[in-house]
Amino acid sequence: MRNILAVAGKELRAYFHSPIAYLVMTVYSALCGFFFFSFMATYVVQTFRMQAMGGMGAPPMNLNEYIVRPLLEGILTVVLLLLIPLITMRLYAEEKRSGTIELLLTSPLTDLQIILGKFLGAFALYLVLILLTALYVSLLFLYGNPNGKPMLAGLLGMLLFGGALLALGMWISTFTKNQIIAGSVGMAAFLLLYVLDWASSYSNGAVGRVLSYMALTTHFDNFAKGVIDLSDVVYYASVIVLGIFLTGRSVEALKGRS
Amino acid sequence: MIEVENLTKRYGPTLAVSDVTFRVEKGEILGFLGPNGAGKTTTMRVITGYLPASEGKVRVAGYDVHDAPLEAKKRIGYLPETPPVYPDMTVAEYLSFVARIKGVAGREVKQRVDGVSERCAIADVQRRQIGKLSKGYRQRVGLAQALIHNPDVLVLDEPTAGLDPKQIIETRELIKGLAGQHTVVLSTHILPEVSKTCQRVVVINAGKIAAVGTPHELTHRLAGYESVLVTVEGPAPEIMDKLQRVSGVNMVEPREAHDSMVTLEVHAEKGNDVRAELARSVVESRWKLLELRTSGMSLEDIFLKLTTKDLSEEKTS
Repeated sequence: MRNILAVAGKELRAYFHSPIAYLVMTVYSALCGFFFFSFMATYVVQTFRMQAMGGMGAPPMNLNEYIVRPLLEGILTVVLLLLIPLITMRLYAEEKRSGTIELLLTSPLTDLQIILGKFLGAFALYLVLILLTALYVSLLFLYGNPNGKPMLAGLLGMLLFGGALLALGMWISTFTKNQIIAGSVGMAAFLLLYVLDWASSYSNGAVGRVLSYMALTTHFDNFAKGVIDLSDVVYYASVIVLGIFLTGRSVEALKGRS
Repeated sequence: MIEVENLTKRYGPTLAVSDVTFRVEKGEILGFLGPNGAGKTTTMRVITGYLPASEGKVRVAGYDVHDAPLEAKKRIGYLPETPPVYPDMTVAEYLSFVARIKGVAGREVKQRVDGVSERCAIADVQRRQIGKLSKGYRQRVGLAQALIHNPDVLVLDEPTAGLDPKQIIETRELIKGLAGQHTVVLSTHILPEVSKTCQRVVVINAGKIAAVGTPHELTHRLAGYESVLVTVEGPAPEIMDKLQRVSGVNMVEPREAHDSMVTLEVHAEKGNDVRAELARSVVESRWKLLELRTSGMSLEDIFLKLTTKDLSEEKTS
């Protein structure tokens, strides 16, 4: 555990020593801020319109439904698919390029300790992004009266979704010395995992269902609604485990070659 | 302290290291000498556990690097050809990180970092970013990194490559100072380097061991004689005695002995092929001649491929 934390600490520090952490945080909060603003503005306009019409017996508009849920879905589908590759691209590519991989692999650490350390380091930066999201959401609590409990489901969803992307991105990073390649392949792969869901709209057979099941974002819908479905949790947990396992295989192969 | 037995390493179809066997005793500085591409780095990477061997065994401090990698790695400090440093970190941050992953106890880290910085003369740059240091300093940070957990064995790949003359001399002094407490294996393609730093030399060429000896012996050999390896089954002292008397033979040295088998290295004058005579005298005495061959490429040919110029001497001339 001590070894894992040493590697994780090093990774987290590396993010903040380089411009990457600041870049990711800035882009994230800017995009997130715009999303939040847009949903908020729509909400406000809608509310006024409804008031002007005297309510007409419609139920009051719900903050969770109109702001939190689209915010979470927007963040995940667009922002994280683009930003997580920026976080994971350096994990192995940079070590390979600079030769420091030799230091790690000749240290008395197991491959798994190194992998988990790197994963945790990247995850810690991701937690900072989640904190930034919480900043916006806390405004709702300050001025409105949203329901907190469904948001906890959303938080769990974000943690799982991010973890899954981080694990896959780390695996992609083991294949190259070039961070840009690792980053762009990551983006392409994530995008593909996102659009796999479209298959369900034109194919009702087994293939369509399987592809749609594999899509990263379909499993997030329930979390965004505030529902925790065990099958979604299992899906993301399996992707995380798979990513870590594949990274391990890839590092093993790395040693065999040169 | 280090035992390498029949080590072979293939990269796909290419043979990088072939059947290499040698030992390094405790406290010794062993030089690994060979031209570029001879297999030095590959051998060192196998010793440090970075690469798995295709065949053969490597033991460090009694631990097999393949079967007990963590135990072996705890006892090895390794400086690859390019120092494995993180340019964004400061020297102190980097060394504490390495100390932690090498298993130094938390409360000792600070003290180790200071100690090793003192020893490698980098105490004055502890707060600087590694990326902004000169090549010489970076190399010393690399050496400090290898020393931080006070390992029994140090493996240094081309430790003086790319340094200026003054830095080369300083680095050599530092390495010599390590002998005794640490066992050191260092590689180089610079001929004078070994005579200045090492107590024993393994010459490697095209993945095979070409010669083993003290720098003095190797220089002597280089001065010119043919060398033939003879493997015979029979009583060693008598065989040596007999072969010594073959005309043209200058010296007979035992190289290896297994059970009743003995491998001898026979030195003869340059240009004098004694192989036929050797074979005859062994067979006459009714011993079993198992192998007879010249010891491959002559040392001279290999040395021609080495760098003979020593940068650290240029300054004085």
